[in-house]
Amino acid sequence: MLSRVADAVFWMSRYIERAESVARFVDVSLQLSLDRPEADAAQWSALVAAAGDDEAFRALHGEATREAVLAFLTFDAAHPSSIVSCLRHARENARSVREIISSEMWEELNKSYLMVGDAARAPMDEPHAFYASVKRASATFVGLMHITMTHGEAWHFGRLGRLLERADTATRILDVKSFLLTPATATQDESQWAALLRSASALEMYRKRHGAIEPSRVVDFLMLEREFPRSVLHCLGKSVQSLHAIAGTPFGASSSEAERALGRLHAQFEYERTSDLLAYGLHAYIDDFQQKLNAVGVAIGDTFFAPAIAADVQPLAEQQQQQQQ
Amino acid sequence: MAFEQYDTGGYYDEMFAAPAAPRPGCALLAERLGTLGPDELARRQLASERALLDLGITFNVYGDAHGAEKIFPFDVIPRIVEAAEWATIERGLKQRIRALNLFIDDVYNAGRILNDRVVPRELVLGAASYLTPCAGLQPPRGVWCHIVGTDLVRDRDGRFYVLEDNLRCPSGVSYVLENRKIMKRTFPKVFEASRVHAVDEYPSRLLETLRRIAPRGVKEPNVVLLTPGIHNSAYFEHSFLAQQMGIELVEGCDLQVRGGFVGMRTTKGWLRVDVIYRRIDDTFLDPLEFRPDSTLGVPGLMDAYRRGNVALANAPGNGIADDKVIYAYVPQIISYYLGEDPILPNVETYICADDQQREHVLANLEHLVVKAANESGGYGMLVGPHATPDEHARFRDLVRANPRNYIAQPMLGLSRVPTLVGDQLEGRHVDLRPYVLSSDDVYVLPGGLTRVALKKGSCVVNSSQGGGSKDTWVLRA
Repeated sequence: MLSRVADAVFWMSRYIERAESVARFVDVSLQLSLDRPEADAAQWSALVAAAGDDEAFRALHGEATREAVLAFLTFDAAHPSSIVSCLRHARENARSVREIISSEMWEELNKSYLMVGDAARAPMDEPHAFYASVKRASATFVGLMHITMTHGEAWHFGRLGRLLERADTATRILDVKSFLLTPATATQDESQWAALLRSASALEMYRKRHGAIEPSRVVDFLMLEREFPRSVLHCLGKSVQSLHAIAGTPFGASSSEAERALGRLHAQFEYERTSDLLAYGLHAYIDDFQQKLNAVGVAIGDTFFAPAIAADVQPLAEQQQQQQQ
Repeated sequence: MAFEQYDTGGYYDEMFAAPAAPRPGCALLAERLGTLGPDELARRQLASERALLDLGITFNVYGDAHGAEKIFPFDVIPRIVEAAEWATIERGLKQRIRALNLFIDDVYNAGRILNDRVVPRELVLGAASYLTPCAGLQPPRGVWCHIVGTDLVRDRDGRFYVLEDNLRCPSGVSYVLENRKIMKRTFPKVFEASRVHAVDEYPSRLLETLRRIAPRGVKEPNVVLLTPGIHNSAYFEHSFLAQQMGIELVEGCDLQVRGGFVGMRTTKGWLRVDVIYRRIDDTFLDPLEFRPDSTLGVPGLMDAYRRGNVALANAPGNGIADDKVIYAYVPQIISYYLGEDPILPNVETYICADDQQREHVLANLEHLVVKAANESGGYGMLVGPHATPDEHARFRDLVRANPRNYIAQPMLGLSRVPTLVGDQLEGRHVDLRPYVLSSDDVYVLPGGLTRVALKKGSCVVNSSQGGGSKDTWVLRA
């Protein structure tokens, strides 16, 4: 398949996953703030931190209030990771590969984009319903992709993008709470950890597996639970499968830097123990992971995607595209 | 919704022979519309617009910072063409395309028609659309115009005339297919009872046309569609056609010439391309031979084409035959090559390069439509009867400064079709663009794009100037 197309399908999926994550974060915080209004400010600034947008937010709004954070993470078109921006990027990518994805996928994504645009123009009366619909739109899209698109190369690039984004998100959620896991803070508020699990849609599945909420088990569940679809290990495992399907190499072999980088990271998680991970320090461990994950992303780009058009040619190209009859 | 109030306004009305007297092929539709209340019709109109928006069947609006997309306005009342009329159109188009194709091949090769002085040599060689690098080209099977969208209009006399031959990159066929889908949902019963020709075989026919022109010896050709990119107003169509045909949609940056062959950059390396349905203008195709600043083209493409290693549809250079000045000679071109009289007449055309005709044009500007030879989309045009004295004066200067670049035609009274305006039906002017494919033989899609000027009284149907579209129902014999 075309390199440019692989690139676009990969990013389309990544952005949809990212929009969903933001919706999930915001929704959980909203729920939490209803129960514990006194912890509001800390709660909202933690949310911005989890999305990795601290500085941009502070420059724009200063104090983290509920209204400011909601507006920033949901509708701020100038903020690259807001829900509306993610869906716009996803849709732009989808538009450039419309003939590759199924019409159902395109239509679903287009409708979600229009839905968020409509919501941005109206006062939000039922925030929960809105965030639920963003999450459902993403789930619908993933489902449609699964049942309407051939599970070929393009599909695998899409899955790869989604899973790498999801692994990244899982560690971000944990990182925000990593300071709670130092020995000095032994007793912890269970509701914080429950909220954390809920923002990964993991609370119910965690309960089935471990019952009582215990911080080290929460870390284990989100990092190393093989069967849970939002755990890092699960995401890395499926990513490896997709990358092998794309490269056409058998499992265990590798033909590119992308496969080597991802394979190494997967092996690390495959054989990791929670106790070792915590002994290393959760924050430091996550930091290290995110650097390696970035390197995987770069290697995938170098191996498979087309060289990007130089930024200074872009305006001329756009102008010429418009000139054509 | 009753038609007693409907006024045909002295124009040829496509639906009504006289007030409240529908034409035979339109009786069923008129009867059905008569039973629908205005609210119901407005509801169906809204539902169809919503469907188009959800499907993302949109075009880009230039100059909008957020890249706003709009739906191409669509009207739910279809335009009906009866079987016998269509038979004439079909024969006429086939004849015209055959002749134009021979003309292009001739002017870039032997030049017989120029030597015989049927078309003045200086008009051809001096045209901006005559591309010197195309001289001597021999496209596969001698076919230059594979995909054509000819603009027809019906005047007050009820006859169809050819207004323009679009031989370069005619667009709009995707709307024909999508409008039809919407209409089948909107008026399923009338549609079924009216016995309308299907249009959905177009993508297969197009693919077959493209596969036939593959270089010799290539059994399973790799066919691609070359688009300028997502900022182009017709991008939806490019992606739609590629999807319908199951071929790759590529941009110039995806293609690369190696050793005289064209290939595309894939995740597994360079892969040869055999046929390119290109939707970018001739002069952007190859920066080595045409505009050196083109970011959309492929360096070396023309060389690969000349060697016969890749086929292009349409062939570069076609613009010479849809030049508005050459248009005036098409009747002579048809009789020169085919020895036949034209089946579809031209609109009477004054050539400003001719002294006598130019004086007539300058003296009668306020009654005429003046067009620049090389513009399209409704740009570079003066509609005399609707223009101000200042505009008349400006065009008088333009014509005097560069007479070769202008033609003039009488103001036509384009036919009208009832169109939903608020909760009323009012007549609006339309044209008709049928689509023609040619390879070994010529195929005319039984349908076409009916463009409608939504502004009251306006005859300009271009989407950039307030035009919309309607589904076109060609009835079966």
